[in-house]
Amino acid sequence: MTDALIHLENVSKTYPGTSVPAVAELDLRIPKGDVLVLVGPSGCGKSTTLRLINRMIEPTGGRIIFDGEDVTEVNADNLRRRMGYVIQQIGLFPHRTIAENISTVPNLLGWKSDRISSRIDELLDMVGMDPSIYRNRYPKELSGGQAQRVGVARALSADPEVMLMDEPFGAIDPITRDRLQNEFLRLQEELQKTIVFVTHDIDEAIKMGDRIAILRQQSQIAQYDTPEAILAQPANDFVSDFLGKGAIIKGLNLKRMSDIEPDRIPAVRQDASPDEARRALDESSDGRILVLDEQDRPLRWIDRSAVEGDQPLANSGYEVTAVVEPDDTLRDSLELMLQSTASSACCIDDDGRYRGVVRIEDLTRFLAAMQQAERERRAESDYEPEQVTLS
Amino acid sequence: MDGLVSFFEYIVDQIDDIIELGIEHAIYILSVIVCGGIVSIGLGIWTRNQPIAREVALAVASVFLTLPSLALFVLFIPIFGLGFWPPFVALFMYSLLPILRNTVTGLAEVNPAVMESAKGMGLSSRQVLWQVQMPLAWPVILTGIRVSALLTAGIAAIATLVAGGGLGDFIKEGLTRLGLPNGVEAIWTGTVFIVLLALLFDAAFVLLRRLTTPAGIR
Repeated sequence: MTDALIHLENVSKTYPGTSVPAVAELDLRIPKGDVLVLVGPSGCGKSTTLRLINRMIEPTGGRIIFDGEDVTEVNADNLRRRMGYVIQQIGLFPHRTIAENISTVPNLLGWKSDRISSRIDELLDMVGMDPSIYRNRYPKELSGGQAQRVGVARALSADPEVMLMDEPFGAIDPITRDRLQNEFLRLQEELQKTIVFVTHDIDEAIKMGDRIAILRQQSQIAQYDTPEAILAQPANDFVSDFLGKGAIIKGLNLKRMSDIEPDRIPAVRQDASPDEARRALDESSDGRILVLDEQDRPLRWIDRSAVEGDQPLANSGYEVTAVVEPDDTLRDSLELMLQSTASSACCIDDDGRYRGVVRIEDLTRFLAAMQQAERERRAESDYEPEQVTLS
Repeated sequence: MDGLVSFFEYIVDQIDDIIELGIEHAIYILSVIVCGGIVSIGLGIWTRNQPIAREVALAVASVFLTLPSLALFVLFIPIFGLGFWPPFVALFMYSLLPILRNTVTGLAEVNPAVMESAKGMGLSSRQVLWQVQMPLAWPVILTGIRVSALLTAGIAAIATLVAGGGLGDFIKEGLTRLGLPNGVEAIWTGTVFIVLLALLFDAAFVLLRRLTTPAGIR
């Protein structure tokens, strides 16, 4: 990994009055443009590690290299202005409007006011909040999810190269968290920031990380690899224990519906003639076909019995309940399939149009292939899982 | 009923003195809360990250407030002579504790997450103080100043004992003339106008608080 944007070089932190370091001789390279997740049990020093990067905590040993420059001794305030910082409790300024909150760092950097103003609108749009509604609101008028969106927008305001995020979605209800995670991943696809993301939740780590560093006491790296590799081959007992049961299920979080090629089961529009429907049914390998509306959105499953009567196709068969979007993870779709009567899910594209159908068997086949590929990659590169021993 | 009539007659008769002494009284309140405010808020800010200095400052201000005002006035006469200064210095010492206490509390009670995010965005510690901590602590600090103003309004009545003037003059005069015509009326006049002045200041603080509290935390 030569293109590390940030390199923590044997960084240590020992708090005054203690002899045991909170972070001991940590050597960590943070690759440019990736999401690196620091994950580990509580008290392992992951938050401390994150806060060492922007020197919210001053290291007591080692060096911090940022973009080729030693920033261990430079002015910490200037360093922090180059790194977005998002914390779990968000910390929006309650006495300032959303717009004023977002303009904090641009103001510090002396941007012109019209540039700041257009940046505010751009960022609010980016995080899915209507600027005309929210610009002049105060933080107390926002829900938890909205506040965290503003928190992310504020951290992005001066377009920092690096984002440091300390359990940003930790205090948010599971449904909103899931939505924020997905939005965040979509945003990151576009922005390609270098992100260091701290969480204690291995599922979140697997979902969000391009790379994961699993940390044990004193921020020692138990394993540092891609989520796929960690799931396929945990480096040691600590990692296996931390992953817990159900590594395969967790692996389903890694892939999105857009990665899987759905089975194009024939479909007809709801105004199709019975003959058309019958022809489509003849072609179907499944004994069923889908009925779509005018915008090609899936409406109902029908089988042969539906075309024997006279009733319109839109009322026959049974309703399509499991619909998955390209950004949904395989795990989301598995959940939907198990709930639905069809044990299969309709894939739609970003505009809601029918793409095809995925069944549970397709998921298991896909997973098996994924694990096989990972094992082959390992075998080719003679990979030796890094063994970490506690001294 | 007769008492009330003679009381109003007395007020009408003495209105010029009431206004003049009322202004003197108000000058005590204003000068004390301005000076006390500057010193206490300054101390609160200066000691915000120094727990020991902060506790010492609070302890000293507490001791000040326990000193009997009468003794204090008399002690100051050799230093400041008679008139405005002995009461001013004593009242100033009394005004410190409420303002200092509320400054310390207000600054300490700012949500740590807000401070953390401010620092994390690269605000210097001075910027954190003036852009974040002070605006958020301000309503609490202002309440401290308000308490000091009311405290000063009451205690300033005693300034008259060292020829310091103020509405206390009516009370002293009434006491010396007790039993004689207009003795009781004079005491009542001093008391009622001190209370009215205090209420006036209180109303001014309510207004000031509304005007100076940022909309987001109102």
